[in-house]
Amino acid sequence: MQKIEAVIQPSKLDSVKDALVEIGVNGMTILEARGHGRQKGHTEVYRGREYAVDLLPKVKLEIVVTDEMVDSAVNAIIAAARTGTIGDGKIFISKIDEAIRIRNDERGEIAL
Amino acid sequence: MRVAVVKVFLALLLFLGVGGSILAQAPAPQAERLATLEKQTADNTTAIAAAQTSGDNAWMLVSAALVLMMSGPGLALFYGGLVRKKNVLGTMMQTFAMMAMVTVLWGLVSYSLAFGEGNVFIGGFQNVFLHGVGLTPDPKYAATIPLQTFMIYQMMFAIITPALITGAFAERMKFSSMLVFMLLWTLFIYSPMAHMVWGKGGLLNAALGGRIPCLDFAGGTVVHVTSGVSALVTAIYLGKRLGYPKEPMPPHSVVLSFIGACLLWVGWFGFNAGSALSAGTLATSAFVATHFGAAAAAISWSAAEWMRQGKASALGAISGAVAGLVAITPAAGFVTPMSAIWIGLIAGAFCYFMVVKVKALFGYDDSLDAFGVHGAGGTLGAILTGIFANSSINPIFGAGKATGMLEGNGRQLLNQFAGVAIAWTISIVGTLVILFVVDKLMGLRVSEDHERDGLDLSQHGEEGYDWAH
Repeated sequence: MQKIEAVIQPSKLDSVKDALVEIGVNGMTILEARGHGRQKGHTEVYRGREYAVDLLPKVKLEIVVTDEMVDSAVNAIIAAARTGTIGDGKIFISKIDEAIRIRNDERGEIAL
Repeated sequence: MRVAVVKVFLALLLFLGVGGSILAQAPAPQAERLATLEKQTADNTTAIAAAQTSGDNAWMLVSAALVLMMSGPGLALFYGGLVRKKNVLGTMMQTFAMMAMVTVLWGLVSYSLAFGEGNVFIGGFQNVFLHGVGLTPDPKYAATIPLQTFMIYQMMFAIITPALITGAFAERMKFSSMLVFMLLWTLFIYSPMAHMVWGKGGLLNAALGGRIPCLDFAGGTVVHVTSGVSALVTAIYLGKRLGYPKEPMPPHSVVLSFIGACLLWVGWFGFNAGSALSAGTLATSAFVATHFGAAAAAISWSAAEWMRQGKASALGAISGAVAGLVAITPAAGFVTPMSAIWIGLIAGAFCYFMVVKVKALFGYDDSLDAFGVHGAGGTLGAILTGIFANSSINPIFGAGKATGMLEGNGRQLLNQFAGVAIAWTISIVGTLVILFVVDKLMGLRVSEDHERDGLDLSQHGEEGYDWAH
């Protein structure tokens, strides 16, 4: 089992969600997030006062999938989220030791 | 007069037309007919007066409601959107508290101090507890509406004026101290100022024999100069917010402010056109001038911003509209639509300059620009009223007598300056004294911890936006 965390543009959430559902990913967690990578922010001006906004709104999507699924899930996310411009986001992958379904205490991949 | 003419006419008709035969034969039916006609005429006169009262009263009650709408939700949203998330309810409550507190205070004593008969500076106590404020009109203020309508209409002005000040000390004043401050402010600054300009025998009253007749149709000096200048004094006295100006403190929701500003614009029709105190042609004049003033100022503020910053912002456009509404307030019932456009254009650019340049230059933390918009815009509007006022719109000094400077009455400009000077003086001195007293009594600012937590939590024990539910 592996966890895929993808930070994407908020406007790409729907297409990423659809792409993942299509390849058979059942569950996901979505977080509204703010952040920046190499992308610089912008300035906003309110009544003549400038504010530098470098933490931009993003969506962070978390899914946990079986090892076989990782590549296709990553490809699906990339295909759906890419605009080719700076600020498209990043994907992080890590190992998961255990998954437990709270309702009936199922463990392992069956709990995904 | 009209009754007398009718009588003579009827008598002539009887003598000439119907002739002697009736006179000779039956004097009784004639007298009866005359009596019937007289009664009809009298009934008609009463009916006409009643019709005018219901027309005027309908508009004035609507106007009163519109002016209340300017405070809540208008100003509450406008200011609420401009502060940080953690202060949204605290800021809105400051305005709402005025809706409750000043209402009661007005009924108990403030109305009497403003509109009761007293000396040139302040009214007397004869109308305390609304004694003598009934449903019959008082011709000295408004001959066609119940005095209670006049009283409640004026009350709405007394509510929004202190509420405007809250923009200057936003995000840092204790709720309890704010209440005491506003109570004293309404009693000792608003009431005398309203009396001087609008009360019978007031020093600056242009319609009821003031010594220095100062034109202020709907409250340029009474509402905007007093609140704006007092705002500046409170901002300086309380000091800056923690972290100002280093920490960014952008508006948390320009959307809320936008809705608020649009409600203010609509409500202002009640504020200005309602100040005609009737539903006649003067109300139309004021309504039209108000709208042109607001629109022109939205354009000039936006244009200034566009030129300096390369973009016209939503916050800039609505701030400009409010600045225009402020500046047209004293002028509304005195100027032509084209003069209103000039006043608006000047006010939008001027207030932009005050808010963006002057505030930064002096470094005071007038957090939501109560001074930059209301103090500066009100002062400018009061002076421009002396320039643009025209007797063809409102012959307040008598038919055909020049009103403003452009019409040939240069003296009026001096009177306007005198009115402004008095409003500035009473606001600075009065506000300083009240602040000092309240400060010594109970302190003005929240503690640093409370300020960091925000007014919502520290003053009211709640939050505007609860993410978990």
